[in-house]
Amino acid sequence: MSQVLVELVKKHFPEAVLETHAQHGDDTAVIEPGAWKAVHRFLFEAPEARMSMLVDLTAVDFPDRDPRFEVVSHLMSLEKGHRLRLKARVGDPDGDDAEVDSLADIWASANWMERECWDMLGVTFRGHPDLRRILLYPEFVGHPLRKDYPADKIQPLIEYRDVENIDKLAPFGVDEGMSFGRQTHAGVVDPDADEDAQVN
Amino acid sequence: MGEMKAEEVLETGVGEGFVTTRLVPLLSWAQKYSLFMYPFVTACCGMEFMSVSSPRYDFSRFGSEAPRFSPRQADLLWVVGTITQRQAPVLKRIYEQMADPKWVLAFGTCASCGGFYDNYACVAGLDKIIPADVYVPGCPPRPEGVLDALMLLQDKIQRGDNTPGVVKPRRDPATDQSMGLIEIRRSKKTV
Repeated sequence: MSQVLVELVKKHFPEAVLETHAQHGDDTAVIEPGAWKAVHRFLFEAPEARMSMLVDLTAVDFPDRDPRFEVVSHLMSLEKGHRLRLKARVGDPDGDDAEVDSLADIWASANWMERECWDMLGVTFRGHPDLRRILLYPEFVGHPLRKDYPADKIQPLIEYRDVENIDKLAPFGVDEGMSFGRQTHAGVVDPDADEDAQVN
Repeated sequence: MGEMKAEEVLETGVGEGFVTTRLVPLLSWAQKYSLFMYPFVTACCGMEFMSVSSPRYDFSRFGSEAPRFSPRQADLLWVVGTITQRQAPVLKRIYEQMADPKWVLAFGTCASCGGFYDNYACVAGLDKIIPADVYVPGCPPRPEGVLDALMLLQDKIQRGDNTPGVVKPRRDPATDQSMGLIEIRRSKKTV
């Protein structure tokens, strides 16, 4: 349906469109990161497109690819009812140089979505009016949705209490406080035990 | 059983006009029926909290009715929902602002031990930050579990017991055959 839009973008930016595909009726155009803002401004302003709404703006981390990140934007026209998804591939395998232009002066909603994207994945948006963390706290180091962020790494703002065994405080001992919890000690129902012995 | 007698006399208002008791049990008795609460509600457990505080389950029956949205006037801190790392300083500060004696109730799995939020954003249980008195398991807990927690806390206050306690299910799935847990485990084995 929005194949027309893809053709429109291709016509006006023949150099910038790297590839296109369609899935489940949604068309996607992968564009040069350098043309990120120009294509968006064109789609916002062109009378055939009239993409008045930036539905979502986020990024995806592909740790094995180069460029590593895919910045994704979902556009919709409230007037015409059509949609288009745009992608730009940025960043080297170390996660540096992931930069595209900010869309905040085209759609005001891009402001917070770009802040979230920077907070979670470390994609920098050039020309953003106020690019700082939106969900996490300023003291946080790193970007947690990057695939190389350790899954169990926490950065507490305040020190934990100075008590012994802080990871497993009573009553959350070996049996997690419940007789039917993950049992690791003797004297409880054991699924692998002899069935006759288990009944009583 | 001196305390019991004092309780009867005070509650019914009959008797010989005076009672004898020790000061500490008398204070505990007063404290356990006037748990002014500070609801620190952060997540979906708040819905269950509203349910327990509203007329159908009505925990005001246990003298825990009045919410005080100033920690300085509150006795019982209800921590209802997930605590994020970002909120942890706030929670700690609220706890420190409460006047002694004070108690903390961990409502639901997230507040008790973090639940499945084992990630960069969340604190794995409020006891990493502040000491807790009663833990209520469940995601969210059922209202009767919360009422059990309140009664457990009252019991602890009366006994002067400061050790943390966890609310047990009224029927234990590990031993209650009719709940089917043992059968499930067995059927897994046969597969």
